[in-house]
Amino acid sequence: MTLSTRSTPPTAQGEARRRPGRSGVSGRVPWMLLVPAVVGMAFLVLPLAGLLARAPWATLARRLAEPQVLEALRLSLLTATAATAVCLLLGVPLAWLLARVDFPGRRLVRALVTVPLVLPPVVGGVALLLVLGRRGLIGQWLDDAFGVTLPFTTAGVVVAEAFVAMPFLVISVEGALRAADRRFEEAAATLGASRWTAFRRVTLPLIAPGVVAGGVLCWARALGEFGATITFAGNFPGRTQTMPLAVYLALETEPEAAIVLSLVLLAVSVIILACLRDKWVNSP
Amino acid sequence: MTRPTALDARLVVARPGFTLDLDLQVAAGEVVALLGPNGAGKTTALRALAGLTPLAEGGRISLDGHPTHTLPAERRPVGMVFQDYLLFPHLSALDNVAFGPRCQGAGRAEARRAAATWLERVGLTDHASAKPRHLSGGQAQRVALARALAVRPRLLLLDEPLAALDAHTRLEIRSQLRRHLSDFDGATVLVTHDPLDAMVLADRLVVIENGSVVQQGTPGEVGRRPRTDYVARLVGLNLYRGHADGPRVTVEGVQFSVAERLDGPAFVAFAPSAVALYRSRPDGSPRNLWEAVIDGVERHGDNIRIHLDGPISAFADVTPAAVADLDLAPGRRVWASVKATETHAYPA
Amino acid sequence: MSRRLFRWAVAAPLALVLAAGLTGCGSGTADTSAPASSGGAAKTLTVFAAASLTGTFTELGTTFEAAHPGTTVKFNFGSSATLAQQITQDAPADVFAAASPATMKTVTDASLAGQPTTFVRNRLEIAVPAGNPAKVNGLKDLADPKTKVALCAEQVPCGAAAVKALDAAGLTVTPVTLEQDVKATLTKVELGEVDAALVYKTDVIAAGDKVQGISFPEAEKAINDYPIAALTKAPAGDLAKEFVDLVLSPQGRDVLTKAGFDAP
Repeated sequence: MTLSTRSTPPTAQGEARRRPGRSGVSGRVPWMLLVPAVVGMAFLVLPLAGLLARAPWATLARRLAEPQVLEALRLSLLTATAATAVCLLLGVPLAWLLARVDFPGRRLVRALVTVPLVLPPVVGGVALLLVLGRRGLIGQWLDDAFGVTLPFTTAGVVVAEAFVAMPFLVISVEGALRAADRRFEEAAATLGASRWTAFRRVTLPLIAPGVVAGGVLCWARALGEFGATITFAGNFPGRTQTMPLAVYLALETEPEAAIVLSLVLLAVSVIILACLRDKWVNSP
Repeated sequence: MTRPTALDARLVVARPGFTLDLDLQVAAGEVVALLGPNGAGKTTALRALAGLTPLAEGGRISLDGHPTHTLPAERRPVGMVFQDYLLFPHLSALDNVAFGPRCQGAGRAEARRAAATWLERVGLTDHASAKPRHLSGGQAQRVALARALAVRPRLLLLDEPLAALDAHTRLEIRSQLRRHLSDFDGATVLVTHDPLDAMVLADRLVVIENGSVVQQGTPGEVGRRPRTDYVARLVGLNLYRGHADGPRVTVEGVQFSVAERLDGPAFVAFAPSAVALYRSRPDGSPRNLWEAVIDGVERHGDNIRIHLDGPISAFADVTPAAVADLDLAPGRRVWASVKATETHAYPA
Repeated sequence: MSRRLFRWAVAAPLALVLAAGLTGCGSGTADTSAPASSGGAAKTLTVFAAASLTGTFTELGTTFEAAHPGTTVKFNFGSSATLAQQITQDAPADVFAAASPATMKTVTDASLAGQPTTFVRNRLEIAVPAGNPAKVNGLKDLADPKTKVALCAEQVPCGAAAVKALDAAGLTVTPVTLEQDVKATLTKVELGEVDAALVYKTDVIAAGDKVQGISFPEAEKAINDYPIAALTKAPAGDLAKEFVDLVLSPQGRDVLTKAGFDAP
């Protein structure tokens, strides 16, 4: 998995001015790069082609109109967006802490942050149940004190998705922070900015492309989340049944319906990502 | 002219293999240039003054009588112009300048008004809404200066303020900067390795080598009486350390008659243009005369600079005609002399 | 020149994909090694079986290997629907044991299996966490809105059975979740996240002390038949038939009933 960020600001104005419009390197694309690139592209695109080839176009419209499909789609978009918001709120400060504050055990914390990436999502879901479930370490107390239980609720879906998706955001924002020129923060300090002000008014705008990239990754991961969600939040139409869950269950009886659902999810996410890309990534 | 001391600091910064330790006093309205070779600790000194590098044991900074080394960078009444300016790329020139006043608690409109005034002072009203990447080097430098001054600092720090500019812009910006610095009523410390910048901009030079002060004084004093090889090279003089005995100074066996009367260790300095070369030993006084071997020949402005090796190594500037007449080429033996009236001796 | 390069660049990945397809893209967990060539000493028998058969079939597999020296029995346990799909996609399987006649029908409809035989039946029980904190005694307690209930999704056999049983009892139960399979449903009970769930009796027994089972009369209306069949394209040939015979033998039945299955 590669997480790339394009957040490095020009270090000096002079350097930025001198940057040539187009690189002067020309000539043929070397086949050592072209062949693997094309194989890679085919590898990623062919399964999608498979879905399109098998899609039941004749019944597509009827299936799309089913209230359960729209319900699942609405829930997926809602929860993925909420999970991304949670990740931004908690993940950006965490990334800042990892990139900017030297504290004992920082390497360990950094390693722990990536645990959800390695953990099979279903195991992640069980782990969440053990902590936030009705009898979990914290869940028990939440239930006693506030009568709040997260499993089997829409909030539970958001929690499961955020758990799995947050590392994507943290890693990409931390990378952006490390690549950003820290001297801009020093310049802000000499102008009287506290660390918070410097972060808010200087660092954050500078790493915005990295944050957006991380947020998009995070959102996409949350949208496709299955294992942790079904384990922690269960599956109930309208409350916790997101698109991936609907796809999985449709696969049990009606593979064609599963293909339709997958295509809907794909189409919607591609459209949203494309719009975001135009708005954010290419804007400066 | 006596002005109250605005900055009184002892800057101590310890790093593995390097220690900076220097005393620095700057009066209100005075401009002091820290001059020194790369790695001498100039920028470190500036960062320590700004609060970006912590001081070691024994270091202290007081501004207008108040200790400031205990304050974090953002609370010090200091403005800084960084070498590559570090203008915030996402903010317009106006918002860059307004950043400081905003941080000091001014409202958005008030800060922008103040920023507009500063931009006007540096002649950039037309570029207020430009992003830094659309500014030329000279414009960016002026925005950086306006931004640093807009926080109304008591101490202004400039790190190589002209180094990023091309030669032509440099000339123009240098004189503008001189004017802005003389309008500023606080203390100014600037760092440079360019003697011309230092001479033009500064009231006083502080020369640093290896983390400590080796010489300080007005540009005139430092220029006339260099005390290290580095300074002598900067100001373009031949400099020797010898022993004085009345009107004579002996350096490596060569005797110089000098105008001053001194005793004990002394420096002798003279300009390369004061050296005359001969193919054979000239008649007359054996003083101020030594035999040398030509080590190198290079163009130097309209003249030719000859590198001489011998009991003492020296530079001599001669006309191209002289080079032809005397057939001055590397390896040739020559006699070098310098007039007593053109040497300058002072205690070491 | 660049055209030739292009053609090559397109051909290479295609070849790669085709090769991948030929070497068995079918199953996720199944053994993908090529079926043993007939006549060789070492033979491999591949059995696709419903997840609820994991314990019993593993035991029978060991018995089978002991009776047929040189033969290795490999299992692919999973959701019956998924297995049926893998078989219709030409996954190399010899025997298919499904948890429902419907999933077996997908395979027989494609003429990939002979006449299936029902070898066991499984009945539903109410599973409650150890200690039965919500004091569930019978099916009608599940209709209490204060009781948190997990059911299998209707798309999987245990879910379909649950619907049948609840319909027979004339009860409306609003579950908090419709799980994707029995194991997931049981996990929710084990962790105490739900007060009760409807799962198979065999699963309750397999879960041990953490879960208690409560039988209920309406379960009779939702008995699940497990069909087994040797596959027509079985690479292991007659061995497939012999394994089916073992499962149907009194010895096989003994193993299965001990695990909580009912004889057909």
